[in-house]
Amino acid sequence: MSLDNATVRTIANLARIEVPEADLPHLAKELSTILGWVEQLGQVNTEGVAPLASVTGELALPWRADAVTDGAYPDKILANAPEAANGFFLVPKVVE
Amino acid sequence: MTQLTDLTLAHARLGLRNKHFSAVELTQAYLDAMAKAKPLNAYITETPELALAQAKAADARLAKSEAGALEGLPIAIKDLFCTAGVRTTAGSKILGSFVPPYESTVSAKLKAAGAVMLGKANLDEFAMGSANITSHFGPVENPWKSKRDPQARLVPGGSSGGSAAAVAAKIALAATGTDTGGSIRQPASFCGIVGIKPTYGRCSRYGIVAFASSLDQAGPMARTVEDAALMLVAMAGHDPLDSTSAPQPVPDFAAAINRGVQGLKVGVPKEYRPDGLDPAIARLWDQGLEWLVAAGAKVVPVSLPHTSYALATYYIVAPAEASSNLARYDGVRFGLRVGGETLDDLYRKTRAEGFGTEVRRRILIGTYVLSAGYYDAYYAKAQKVRALIAKDFRQAFDQVDCLLTPTAPSAAFAIGANSDDPITMYLNDVFTVPTSLAGLPGLSLPAGLSADGLPLGLQLIGRPFDEETLFAAAQVIENAAGLFPVAGGRP
Repeated sequence: MSLDNATVRTIANLARIEVPEADLPHLAKELSTILGWVEQLGQVNTEGVAPLASVTGELALPWRADAVTDGAYPDKILANAPEAANGFFLVPKVVE
Repeated sequence: MTQLTDLTLAHARLGLRNKHFSAVELTQAYLDAMAKAKPLNAYITETPELALAQAKAADARLAKSEAGALEGLPIAIKDLFCTAGVRTTAGSKILGSFVPPYESTVSAKLKAAGAVMLGKANLDEFAMGSANITSHFGPVENPWKSKRDPQARLVPGGSSGGSAAAVAAKIALAATGTDTGGSIRQPASFCGIVGIKPTYGRCSRYGIVAFASSLDQAGPMARTVEDAALMLVAMAGHDPLDSTSAPQPVPDFAAAINRGVQGLKVGVPKEYRPDGLDPAIARLWDQGLEWLVAAGAKVVPVSLPHTSYALATYYIVAPAEASSNLARYDGVRFGLRVGGETLDDLYRKTRAEGFGTEVRRRILIGTYVLSAGYYDAYYAKAQKVRALIAKDFRQAFDQVDCLLTPTAPSAAFAIGANSDDPITMYLNDVFTVPTSLAGLPGLSLPAGLSADGLPLGLQLIGRPFDEETLFAAAQVIENAAGLFPVAGGRP
C-alpha cells in the first residue's frame, strides 16, 4: 500500500495531529514503507482462525457490584488541568 | 574496599537487617553515586529528599523489627509508573509537568514493602523505542564501553533504558521496567543485567501510563537472578483496579532459584537461528544450553513456525492500541496545551507539539490500520496471526518446560546508529516480541561478552504463570556464567 499526501492528511486529521503540508511527502513515504513491510502478513493462511484480542483468553472479565467506589475530589482532578475554573475544565467555545 | 553500592539487593537487605549499615547510609551512598553519574542521564527526576525521608522511616521500622520485604532498599522507578505527588512524564513533552494525584499499584506495593525511591528513570517516549533515544528528556547512555571504540557513547536499549543503565551503573539497587515488545529484556541484555517480563496479568497495570494495553506488563530489572525474584514477589499480585490482572497466588520466586533443572526439558526453537545470526550470539546460545545440560536438563528442538511474522504483527497491534490509548492527550484535562481557535485546532496543535516523531508515527500507523476500510485487512489480520503465534508456543509447551533463545540480535550500538530507518530499529525486538504477543513470561540474563567486550543476554521463555521455572533455569546459567559488572565499575 502506497499512501499519497491526501491520505496522510486524512489520517493526521483523524488522529488530531497537525502536520504541515511540507512534511506530507516525507511522512507518506515513511508510512508507506512500514505498511509495505507489515503486508507480509498476507502470506499467512488465517482461514478459520479467530482473532486474538487478549491473551487472558478464557478468563472472562470480572464483574463487580455497580457501586460508587471512587471520586468526590474535583480539586485533585483539576489540579493538572491547563485551564480550569469553578470546578470545570475550560476549552475554546464549541457552540455558536 | 567494597562500597555499599557494590552490594546486591539480597546482600544489602541482609546488611540492613544485621545493622551493618543503615538505610540512610545506603541511600546516601546511592545519592552520591547518582550525582557523579549525571552524564548517563538515567533519571528524568531525582527525588533525594523523598528518598532520605523514606530511608529514615525505613530505619525506624528496621529498629522495631517491623521491616517490610524490601525495607530500606533504594530503587529507581521507570517514569511510566504514576507516583503520587512526583512528576511522571512518560518521557514525553506532553506530560512534561504532569504530577499524578495517585500512585500506580506496582509502585505502591514496592513502597509498602519498604523500598526507597531514588527517582524516576528515563525511558523512550511513551515506552516506544529500543534505544532510549526517543525520550523528550534526551538519550540515556549505557555505562558499558566498546573495546573497539571506547569513545563511542552506546545506547542502553529501550524502552526501559534509564532503568537498565541505572542498575548497571550502580546508581540504583534495582528498578522497575515495563515491557510491551521487549522493553525490559532488550535493555537488560544491552546493560548486562537481569530483567523479567512476567506473564501478562501477573503485575497490575493500574497507574502505568498505557502504551498497548493487551501487551504492556511491568517487571523488575536487577543485578542478579535472586534480586529480580525478590523484586517480582513485591511487585506482583491480583489487583481489582486492573480488570486484566490475574487472580493468581504469587509464589515465592526467590525460593525457586535453587530448584535446579534436573530433568527439565529445554526447547530450542529453530526459527530463532536465522541466517546471518551473529556467530558470537549463536555460540553463547549453545554455551547456555551446555550449562543447562550439565545441570541435568534435556535439550529438545522445537519449531515456532510463525516466528518470522511476529514483528509485523506487533507493528500493527501495538500502534493500533497506542493510537487509541494516546487519544486521551488532548490538552484539556491534563498535560500540555497549545492554544487554538477551535477545540479541534487546540487538539491538533497540542498533539503535534506534545508528541515526538516516533510517537506521532505510531499514532498515524495505528489510526490508519483501525480506519474504516482497512480494519480487516490490517488489524483483524494481525490479530489472527497473533492467535497462530500464541498457538505455536502452546504446542511447543506440550513438549518442553521452557525455551532458551538469544534476547537480542546484537550487543549495544552507538547512539545515533540504526535510527535512519524505523524498521531497522524495530528488528531489535525480533526475539522478544513473539513472547509478548503470546503473553508469556520471558527472562533475560547476561551470559557472556561480545568480541567488543559488551554484554550479551540469553532469554528464557516459560508457560503462563510459570516464572518459577525461569528463575530456576536462570540461576543455573548465572552460576555458570557469573555476573557482569560494568568494566571499571564506575561510569
